[in-house]
Amino acid sequence: MSVGPSAVDPGWPNPDLAGRQWRRLSWVGWVGIGAISACALIAVIGPWLAPHDPAQTLSNESFGFPREAAFLGTDYLGRDLLSRLLHGGRLTLLLSLATASLAFALGVTSGFAAAIAGRWIDLLLSRVVDGLLAVPSIILALMVIGSLGTSVPVLIGAVAVIEGGRIFRVARALARDLSVMDFMEAARARGEGMLWLMLREMLPNAAGPLMTEFGLRFTYTLLFISALSFLGFGIQPPSADWGAMVKENIEGLLYGSPAALLPAALIAVATIGVNLMIDGFLDRRNVDRVPEMLP
Amino acid sequence: MRFGVPVALWAAARRLLIGLTTIWVVASIIFAATELLPGDVAEAVLGSDATPESLAAMRARLGLDRPVLVRYAVWLDHALLRFDLGTSLGSDRPVAEVVGDRLWNTARLAALTALLAIPAALALGIVSAIRAGSVLDRGIGVVALCGISVPEFFVAISLVYVFAVELGWLPALATVRPGQTLPAFLRSVALPAATLAIGLMPHMIRQTRNALLAALSHPHIEMAVLKGVPRTVIILRHALPNALAPILNIVALVSAYLVAGVVVVETVFGFPGLGRLMVDAVATRDTPVAQACALIFAAAYVAANAIADALAVLANPRLRVPR
Repeated sequence: MSVGPSAVDPGWPNPDLAGRQWRRLSWVGWVGIGAISACALIAVIGPWLAPHDPAQTLSNESFGFPREAAFLGTDYLGRDLLSRLLHGGRLTLLLSLATASLAFALGVTSGFAAAIAGRWIDLLLSRVVDGLLAVPSIILALMVIGSLGTSVPVLIGAVAVIEGGRIFRVARALARDLSVMDFMEAARARGEGMLWLMLREMLPNAAGPLMTEFGLRFTYTLLFISALSFLGFGIQPPSADWGAMVKENIEGLLYGSPAALLPAALIAVATIGVNLMIDGFLDRRNVDRVPEMLP
Repeated sequence: MRFGVPVALWAAARRLLIGLTTIWVVASIIFAATELLPGDVAEAVLGSDATPESLAAMRARLGLDRPVLVRYAVWLDHALLRFDLGTSLGSDRPVAEVVGDRLWNTARLAALTALLAIPAALALGIVSAIRAGSVLDRGIGVVALCGISVPEFFVAISLVYVFAVELGWLPALATVRPGQTLPAFLRSVALPAATLAIGLMPHMIRQTRNALLAALSHPHIEMAVLKGVPRTVIILRHALPNALAPILNIVALVSAYLVAGVVVVETVFGFPGLGRLMVDAVATRDTPVAQACALIFAAAYVAANAIADALAVLANPRLRVPR
């Protein structure tokens, strides 16, 4: 069972194409797009804007207050907070994007394969995923990290497999609907192989709902990786993503330093942004039609 | 099969069997995650400068020198049939003893969170459905969406910043001692419970609202509208009973959220619960304790799902007949 909004629109396949929905994008959706653009900008040009080396100690004082040299103050080791935030953004967002993409590749490939490759493969894959999703995801990730040790490849692999299990379900459901359609029948009659069926017939036709799912999975992946980083199982010092920055600076909270609050807030801006944008795009007529009739 | 009670019993027995099978699968996955993946636990515990003799002794002590299938059988037998979870590698105390107090603390935190979150979320969800499409509904929706999106530690740190650092009303660290009075306990867990409640409520608000609106699409609602029944009465009397099954599903939602939330929130507040115990056990590679915590979390999750299913069957008589 997945917590959060379901990505599969009950009215799918939807005759309204993206073009019509663009015009109806609400201001909430535009706020989301703005937030994502700001985060993407930090990730792309942030490291060049940083006034200091993120690893350079500016003063001996922990959690120094803002002054000229350090615009936002310093962190627990006296390093410039602003520079570390600007450098950490690229790490955070790239790591999440890479993990979400890997999860997506895994989930969509296996989901499509399960739907068209025959009963036994479907049964096998579905049961494996059921088992995987029966364990709460953060607990499973902690167990895997506990036995493989803390490293970035382990982090990416563990999160990608766990999130991939959820994508598998969405992809399989979409592919099962598609696999009985006429164009699939025609392609099979032409004698096309599995790869052609999956990439040229199914993928384009499932692209809309899958894009929504990708957005949602990206935010879950970002939250998941940030939580693991915060717990100390992600990026290791001296470099830090935003989640790890929250962990290393959390002591400063007691002295009134915002060093832990700012990276946490930036993560929140990124995830809220993606969710608001998706919400702005989703067709809400199915949900809102009924009450219009009420007195 | 025609009489009510045996059919309900049969359904319950079937659900119990599914639950037990799931626990077995979960126990197997936890075993696989710790034992089959590469990485030598003995070396991790002793460090890289351990002698071959001490490594061999540690492997023998952990039972790592036996074949995988034997270890799997022993793990299932001990964990599921005897509730014997072994000895902590860090403290040499029995795992059950290490876990006991922590489990009780986490259970109290979770209960307090549910007590705070469920009534408030139900009320907001129903208001949202009654005023669906209004500014209020849209506002609740956007705030709930933001609540779903933010990481728990952001909420936790913001609350600490406001209520512990700026206002000084509540402690920033949740210290729990045995023999603590109830007001003292409530004061120290107020912020962790509030954090979890804030993370949990958006899911429940959306679920309640959407279940109610789905129930509103039935023909008997149109009938009520045509009769001139007021909007509030339609929602509360005609739609709410039909939306009960999906709303009861929040029991499963609550558990799914709490298992993930508790791990992070307990770490932020230094709360001596099961979540922090598991994080510490993973960090120090105390495998038996980590396995025990994972098994308890997973079992709680499976049990909550089973309870949600059972409640759904009770709320909807049509589900009582097996297909």
